[in-house]
Amino acid sequence: MRETPVTPVQVTGTVLTTRRVDAYHALTVVAPGIAERFRPGHFVSVAVGGAQTSTLTRRAFSIHDVKPDYSGTVEFVFTVRGPGTAWLAERRARDTLDLVGPLGRPFPLPRDPVTCVLVGGEYGSATLFTVADALQQRGCRVDFVLGAASADRVFGALRARRMGETTTLTTEDGSLGLRGRVTDVLPGVIADVRADVVYACGPMPMLRGVTAVAVEFDIPVQVAVEERMACGIGVCMTCVLPVIGDDGVTRMVRSCVEGPVFRGERVRFDDVGTIPFDALGAPGGGSRNVG
Amino acid sequence: MSVDMRTYLGHVELVNPIITAAGCAASGSELAQFFDLGRIGALTTRSITMAPRAGRPTPRMAETPSGMLNAIGLQGPGVDAFLERELPWLAQRSVRTVVSIGGGTVAEYTALARRLTDAPGVSAVEVNLSCPNIEDRGRVFARDGAASAEVIASVRSVMRYDVPVVAKLSPDVMDVVSVARACVDGGADALSMINNPLGMSIDTEAMRPSLAAVTGGLSGPAIRPLAVRCVWQVHAALPGVPIIGMGGVLTGRDAFELILAGACVVAVGTALFHDPYACLRILRELEELLAARGFHRLADAVGLAHRPPGASTRHRIDLEESSL
Repeated sequence: MRETPVTPVQVTGTVLTTRRVDAYHALTVVAPGIAERFRPGHFVSVAVGGAQTSTLTRRAFSIHDVKPDYSGTVEFVFTVRGPGTAWLAERRARDTLDLVGPLGRPFPLPRDPVTCVLVGGEYGSATLFTVADALQQRGCRVDFVLGAASADRVFGALRARRMGETTTLTTEDGSLGLRGRVTDVLPGVIADVRADVVYACGPMPMLRGVTAVAVEFDIPVQVAVEERMACGIGVCMTCVLPVIGDDGVTRMVRSCVEGPVFRGERVRFDDVGTIPFDALGAPGGGSRNVG
Repeated sequence: MSVDMRTYLGHVELVNPIITAAGCAASGSELAQFFDLGRIGALTTRSITMAPRAGRPTPRMAETPSGMLNAIGLQGPGVDAFLERELPWLAQRSVRTVVSIGGGTVAEYTALARRLTDAPGVSAVEVNLSCPNIEDRGRVFARDGAASAEVIASVRSVMRYDVPVVAKLSPDVMDVVSVARACVDGGADALSMINNPLGMSIDTEAMRPSLAAVTGGLSGPAIRPLAVRCVWQVHAALPGVPIIGMGGVLTGRDAFELILAGACVVAVGTALFHDPYACLRILRELEELLAARGFHRLADAVGLAHRPPGASTRHRIDLEESSL
């Protein structure tokens, strides 16, 4: 049930608004070409550092929101992690940004009005609100489970409360909602709402835990991974992770073009950061896999 | 005023000198989303290997000042899948294609060349010599002129006569000119330089190497002076041999610099990660720059920085005229 890939475009967009959201920054950029092609789950890549930049790799961010203002704007959320994101955090309205998007495979949406639990960790939840909107338009019931280390790192709690039938919040320090992790409360939520499918975005260990819970309940789980990438368009080969294909063969696939959305049970979370011995073309095992 | 941008790799004519660097354009279809690949001089494939390769574990990339380190490990589908899917896709679109090949033994390179020799759509073969030589305790071929020459001679002997064989050289050598000369003596029709020099970075938070593979290839503008030096030295020693120059080319000015040093073709690599349209932009900037300097032909600028002091820029008296 994959959507057909859309053709990305490169735009020099003007920053419309900048805002702080607790521990995070959000930038809204006028980018009609990207906004009109957008599907929930898509991301953009952003060049950082300006025209004479010495930081050449692009930064990838999932699209948080798309609005029709000025023929189309996109908003993305980020946290300052290094010089590139620090430069982004200094952008002001009317500055320009080089964006490429929309990139990646979007979330597949169910045909029937089913019950969906949307799980977000840290600012991974940013990508879930357009998913929730699309699901609700199809008559699906949406419930949220959002979590982070502390209250200021839970992104979108208010909006989740407005959109979701129920919203469960967790923080590791107990400063908001229940003390613990999303995976601690997820089984209860799935059982209570009789969920049919789980959508998740967040750090890799969280996605691994969420997938394990969904597998236990025997319901489909769609995860959007956040791998580091240099290009976002499938040419640099740096964002690979081991994923099991329809034919049962594990391949090192690019999260930017084959993902970032995968069926959770297909991702070999335990082997992320390694080349599994049985992966296609693995050292020593490569020749066994030929043909 | 338009500039004649045509150039030659051996006797293969390219409509312009801007091509992609090996391993920086995946299968070609990724960049084709952004522009018509027929508008650039050629597309260089990733290094094709006999068997599929899963590559190195992640993290494979670390950003460094004006560049990046990469340790991809030649991830690719293997020659069978390449010939079945990727090359026909390029050939159908008439994309001039330089096929890069990588192997662990002379026999493997030769077997790859044999597979390519009758495949339609191969404009040239670039031999990635920066692969560990299994028969020499993993020392890369490019470090050793004799080993490089052996590979080149063997590939040349099985490749069709009308497909140029290009030797890709590493800057991590004592004397790049001697390796270049050995490759030309072995039958290389052209040379390309530079492959990534090896580098390393340490994550000071985790206090561990940034890359899973510990060391990786350094690319980007950080290595451009190294590329200019290698192209300069090799062109000075072997002025008749066509050179594909690459290493940190981000702008038309950078491409012009390598051309002045002696390159007649310029490959764009890391810049593609930053800007999918980099090749077309660099081509436009280069053409504007040549026009502004009064050149009618790209060929007149190749190696021009080698002219003796006091010689005019316009009237090149070098009778060898490089390969052009």
